[in-house]
Amino acid sequence: MVSTDYKKDFPLLLQPDAGGLPLAYLDNAATTQKPRQVIDAVRNYYETFNANPHRGAYSISVRVTEAFEEVRAKAARFIGAADPEEVVFTFGATDAINQAAQSYGEQAVGAGDEILISVAEHHSNLLPWQRLAKRTGAVLRYLIPDQSGRVTTEELAAKLTSKTKILAIAHVSNVLGGVNPIGELAAMAHEKGAAVLLDAAQSVPHIPVNVRDLDVDFMAFSGHKMLAPAGIGVLYGKKELLQRMEPARLGGGIVEEVTQQDARFLDAPLRFEAGTQNAEGVIGLGAAIDYLEAVGMEAIQDIERRLMDDALQELCAIPRIRLYGAGDAEERTGILSFNIEDVHPHDTATILASHGVAVRAGHHCAQPLMAHLGVNATCRMSLCFYNTEEDIRRLAQALSTVREVLGFEP
Amino acid sequence: MNLNELYSQVIKDHNLSHHNKHPLEGANVAVPGRNPSCGDEIELFLQIEDGVVEDASYTGIGCAISQASVSIMIDLVRGKTPAEAKELFRLFLAMIRKEPLTSEEMTRLNDAAALKGVSNMPARVKCATMPWHTLEAALDAASGSTT
Repeated sequence: MVSTDYKKDFPLLLQPDAGGLPLAYLDNAATTQKPRQVIDAVRNYYETFNANPHRGAYSISVRVTEAFEEVRAKAARFIGAADPEEVVFTFGATDAINQAAQSYGEQAVGAGDEILISVAEHHSNLLPWQRLAKRTGAVLRYLIPDQSGRVTTEELAAKLTSKTKILAIAHVSNVLGGVNPIGELAAMAHEKGAAVLLDAAQSVPHIPVNVRDLDVDFMAFSGHKMLAPAGIGVLYGKKELLQRMEPARLGGGIVEEVTQQDARFLDAPLRFEAGTQNAEGVIGLGAAIDYLEAVGMEAIQDIERRLMDDALQELCAIPRIRLYGAGDAEERTGILSFNIEDVHPHDTATILASHGVAVRAGHHCAQPLMAHLGVNATCRMSLCFYNTEEDIRRLAQALSTVREVLGFEP
Repeated sequence: MNLNELYSQVIKDHNLSHHNKHPLEGANVAVPGRNPSCGDEIELFLQIEDGVVEDASYTGIGCAISQASVSIMIDLVRGKTPAEAKELFRLFLAMIRKEPLTSEEMTRLNDAAALKGVSNMPARVKCATMPWHTLEAALDAASGSTT
């Protein structure tokens, strides 16, 4: 059982930052901090059973192989997958989407076919499809989110055609924070025969996600955004689809037999895991899932909603602030983008940093969305369950000084 | 981090004044400057005549540091030869990289010396240097087009 003062478990959040106070870390959509349970699990792996999984006959290699496969089963259970073999370990969500676009996309999409994505996609769920479209002669079409930052069923109905082969969409926009109605969108796409890839990098760490309820064909997420180390992520794929896909990456550990001119690959998921695997990342991911489950994903959603209600109230009271996306915390996660009038987001972020408040400024790897919103860049605060009302209060207090620091009237 | 050192009066004045921020009718060089990670986007205009930067201006958007830096730079290079402008660029980069400069060299940098505080903030260095890299590209483009 974890204590409800979650920050106690996160050593970095206890370190003094600017002015002797610990950092008010509000850049969790970029990466989350790591609890000591995860740090200890990785340390324990290095100190007691570091070996190459799926290779040796000696005891620690057997142990790491078992631990590795246990985490696969745990990750499958965590996202509601029917079978651990539907979980492919990757370097992260970016790698997962790239592999899916290459391995599935190139067999499923041909000249004249259509690929549908949202204009709010992170570049990691845009560039692989843009390249696929260029290579295959397919057409990349864009869904436009509504005022709340969400893609509606009406919008999908207007864009979905019998030529649509893939719908690739984020569960939660990394800029606007709105939660897309994936279950409904996926059902509509399937009716037209399109496969659905869900970029769940911003949802799996923050809300309960069940791949069978949502009925998506592929789903990608990253460990480092959910308390685990960087360099580990998951590509979920329906078993019958994974079995029909060729591996995008070739190397050791993925074959049944190799001859001079030919190769026969192992079944999924191992056929997609070429080269020595990131065992420490997998072990860390397992410990991170344990931690999240101990807190409870429903509880996490509730905590972040409450904090978001607070944040919306506090930030709406800041003079000359502009918020982007939905105003209602019920339909959004803990991501909020904003700008202060006349002030470039990088200056805002620098001033907040001087108060020990960490937010992100820039285009958030979503340049088409920035163009659609008619802005050059935004500031973004993003929550995790370990944040507190005090973090929000410090953000609001620091924000209220920004215009004056730059010589504008408050 | 000292905010007053970073956002000094000189920086604030240049950021707010916009006196160099406009298109330039007589420009014979126009070069874009981009800072892709922050979204700073400027267009630098130079009017070079008889081997002298007769006039310069910029348009675009960016943070206070990049906007002040480009404005200060334009004040500095107006009336200079391309070689003199490039020498100022060299001095500016040296200051940002914390290389030792003589007080005479710091004097030549004039208002640009106010950006010295940026050298302590790696995340903001590109904001200050981007306009100068754009200037170098513009000067190179100009010399290429006249020879």
